[in-house]
Amino acid sequence: MTEATGHLISVTVNGATQQHVVDDRTTLADFLRERLRLTGTHLGCEHGVCGACTVIVDGAAVRSCLMLAVQSDGATVETVEGLAPEGELGPLQQAFKDNHALQCGFCTPGFLMSVTAALREGPVHGQDHARDVLSGNICRCTGYSGLVQAVLDASKETDGD
Amino acid sequence: MTDHAGVVKGMIGTSVARREDDRLLTGRGRYLDDLELPGALAAAFVRSTFAHANILAIDADAARELPGVIAVYTGADLMEIQKPLAPKVMHPKLRDYPRLPMPPRAVHYVGEPIAIVIAQTRYLAEDAIELIEVDYEELPAVGSTAAALAPGGAMAHEGADTNVAVRLTQSAGDTDQAMRDAPHTVSAEFTVTRGGGHSMECRAVAARHDPATGQLVVWDTTQSPHYARQQLSTIYDMPEDDIRIIAPPDVGGGFGPKAQFYGEEVVIPWVAKKIGRPVKWVEDRSENFVAAMMERSQTHRIEVGFDDEGHLIAVRDFVEHDQGAYCAGLQVPSITTSTVPGPYHVPNIHVELLACYTNMVPTSSVRGAGRPQAVFAMERMMDRIAEHLDIDPALVRERNLIQADEFPYEVGITFRDGSPLTYDSGDFPALLSGTLDRLDYPNLRARQATLRAEGRLIGIGIACYVEGCGLGPYEGAKVRLTNRGRILVTLAAAGQGQGYETVYAQIASDALGLGMTHIDVTTGDTSKIPFGQGTFASRITATAGPATYQAAQQMRERLTETAAVLLNCHPAEITFVGDRACLDGDVDKSRTLLELAQVANIGKHGITLPKGVRAGLETSAYFAPERAAYASGAHAAVVEVDPDTGGITVLKYVIGHDCGNVINPTLVDGQVLGGFAHGIGNAMYEEAAYDADAQPQAASYLDYSLVSATEVPAVELFHIHTPSPLNPLGAKGAGEGGTIPAPAAIANAVEDALRPLGAPRINHAPVTPARIVDAIEYAAAT
Repeated sequence: MTEATGHLISVTVNGATQQHVVDDRTTLADFLRERLRLTGTHLGCEHGVCGACTVIVDGAAVRSCLMLAVQSDGATVETVEGLAPEGELGPLQQAFKDNHALQCGFCTPGFLMSVTAALREGPVHGQDHARDVLSGNICRCTGYSGLVQAVLDASKETDGD
Repeated sequence: MTDHAGVVKGMIGTSVARREDDRLLTGRGRYLDDLELPGALAAAFVRSTFAHANILAIDADAARELPGVIAVYTGADLMEIQKPLAPKVMHPKLRDYPRLPMPPRAVHYVGEPIAIVIAQTRYLAEDAIELIEVDYEELPAVGSTAAALAPGGAMAHEGADTNVAVRLTQSAGDTDQAMRDAPHTVSAEFTVTRGGGHSMECRAVAARHDPATGQLVVWDTTQSPHYARQQLSTIYDMPEDDIRIIAPPDVGGGFGPKAQFYGEEVVIPWVAKKIGRPVKWVEDRSENFVAAMMERSQTHRIEVGFDDEGHLIAVRDFVEHDQGAYCAGLQVPSITTSTVPGPYHVPNIHVELLACYTNMVPTSSVRGAGRPQAVFAMERMMDRIAEHLDIDPALVRERNLIQADEFPYEVGITFRDGSPLTYDSGDFPALLSGTLDRLDYPNLRARQATLRAEGRLIGIGIACYVEGCGLGPYEGAKVRLTNRGRILVTLAAAGQGQGYETVYAQIASDALGLGMTHIDVTTGDTSKIPFGQGTFASRITATAGPATYQAAQQMRERLTETAAVLLNCHPAEITFVGDRACLDGDVDKSRTLLELAQVANIGKHGITLPKGVRAGLETSAYFAPERAAYASGAHAAVVEVDPDTGGITVLKYVIGHDCGNVINPTLVDGQVLGGFAHGIGNAMYEEAAYDADAQPQAASYLDYSLVSATEVPAVELFHIHTPSPLNPLGAKGAGEGGTIPAPAAIANAVEDALRPLGAPRINHAPVTPARIVDAIEYAAAT
């Protein structure tokens, strides 16, 4: 990459504001994974369908494979690494573990970020609503039933907060 | 669940929480593309855009001059590694065409790798690919098995006089005579389409050559590291100890395609060695769609003969199987031919399968591996028998099921190794009746009649199956007391999310009588255990499981024997409390695991071991099953069909499942439910369509539908447990049973739902809205 033709961006990732020079075409996903070495964000399809690369940008769940790093200038980005900064599992992560909502784990960070964004909008009531919340992400291992229960459990947990 | 109380009993059978989860939930998983490889270069492949063509010339000059490009190699530049990738399962009569790692002269499917670019970054490597000009001579291509078998049609390989790779047959009794004598016969043609594995992580290979040691280290997302090492050892003509294959600790799903061996796995390590720098290739999804192996496409022309009560007298099935452009192995068609009779008494059977070459990416195992197709054909016919005789389809099945007291049951045909196909154990009637009970079946049929009278299209579909699993030849485990005083279980098998780090610690814990907290599990590294086969065919629990159990039992003997010497007692008097080997459970008379390691492993230079202590606390066991174990199950679906849109709503789905003794119930449920989602994809959504020129038509997730949470219905799952007598754990396999009968159950339910509309025929999986509307219109017009 020719950094000389790049752009200086300032981006806050998991609470830390940093400045980097990035190429025009570097995706946000590649920036997070390769430059910042935040490899918890995974690339499953690179055409915006599978949702494995989902991160939260300024409060909204986005596909980091479809967004350029330069577009994150001035933004606040949250990745899976920011969900449990103290090393303890957060309520949603614990609900995933308790309900066997993951197997190979490759899609898991994307699910966690999508559901985190959704739960901030309000509680999830019932199976259909939970499935709707999950429907932007693909999991090939679990068959989703554990994920559905995890969302409902985590929603109860956050409801009480 | 843990061993706070000290002595541990019965971790096997307990839903222990997974050890893998915390790292995967916090973004600390270590998948291949996450590994730090300082100085690594990126690779990208040039792939054929034609299904069948000769390569006349490749001009890579402009690509080589692009800044950041280190090297470009065409197939012709790497002739020293252009050796055939051997079929995994052979047949003496197979017409084999060499599948070369990166063919220099001709291509036989879209997506076949023909050149590689090595560059500073993947972005630059892909820029370079755009600059490479390939001059092709396009040849006629074969885009289906029907085209492959059409008289005078195109040949998938130039100069061939047939597209038939091999003819496989299975026979028992006198099918021709029995069919002629049968009071009733019905016949039908069913097709099942191509689909992929679609692990969320695509394939990936990275390699580094160390000239000082001569060792080539290869990180590979493979399900079968030892198999990959054997292939590379042969192709590179290198001793196996100089090749270390590491399947990373975390691999993002497998489902079959990663158990195969590919040209990319040959090219990447070789190029890394040639350049003298680490090289990494991570397959992207658009490559995965065209270059990762697929499965499923088969056409079954099946005829069944039966008596007035629906008892099967004869089955004749003629199968066209799509082998793809090359034969990567005959495991799938072999499994299909031996799965047709399923859980039923079939006194006379003849199955004949033509494996056909086509110009599509080669086929091999995808979760289910030849079984969903056979089950689709057989289970659809059970419903057609019921319809013909106007009796209940559940009753037809009940009347034909092998009974619980008939095991071991010899089916009458042969397994793929030539031995008599024998079911080890099971209770098929209990699976079916348990499934029907959960449907409240008699009342459900009554309710269906009521709703039908109101004009609603409600259907009920049942499908029973058996699954040969836990296949040989063997799998192994090593157990060692490390010098830091921990028990280390080493498996050759590599996991892709099944929870091996947890499950094999559970098994070792019971065999050792020692808490799981003192036991670590490591997998998938050929440098740590010399022999292995791999994770496929739902085989690991029933092979590596017993191996782990036996090696851990031996380790218990070694530990108690060593402790007994040091405590001056008999080994039988030793029990473990925490990490202490205690005399009669007394922690004041004990030695820690670390102390045992210090005596028997570390020792003191030049000092004789205490009398009775054997050096080196390490054990190993390889378990070689006598034959395959048979898991079994019954699925039932209740659906409603909208005749205007062809939309299917699954109202209820029940799964009865038997995989013998279970190590971790929660993880088994996860396997079954995950497999079921794959089965729903095969039943209703996934279709890797190719056009008549064998060009892929569904090469992104916009055209190939993977199911999300909104497409997969809730499932009521129950288990029965008939232990396998073939291994000391009584275990069978759980990886594929959720997938296998789902297309048959859904198709049976949809056809049942549509019956009031003049019995439209559902003969194709996946059952899509378009096919349903077509079937309705066809039935109305005839």
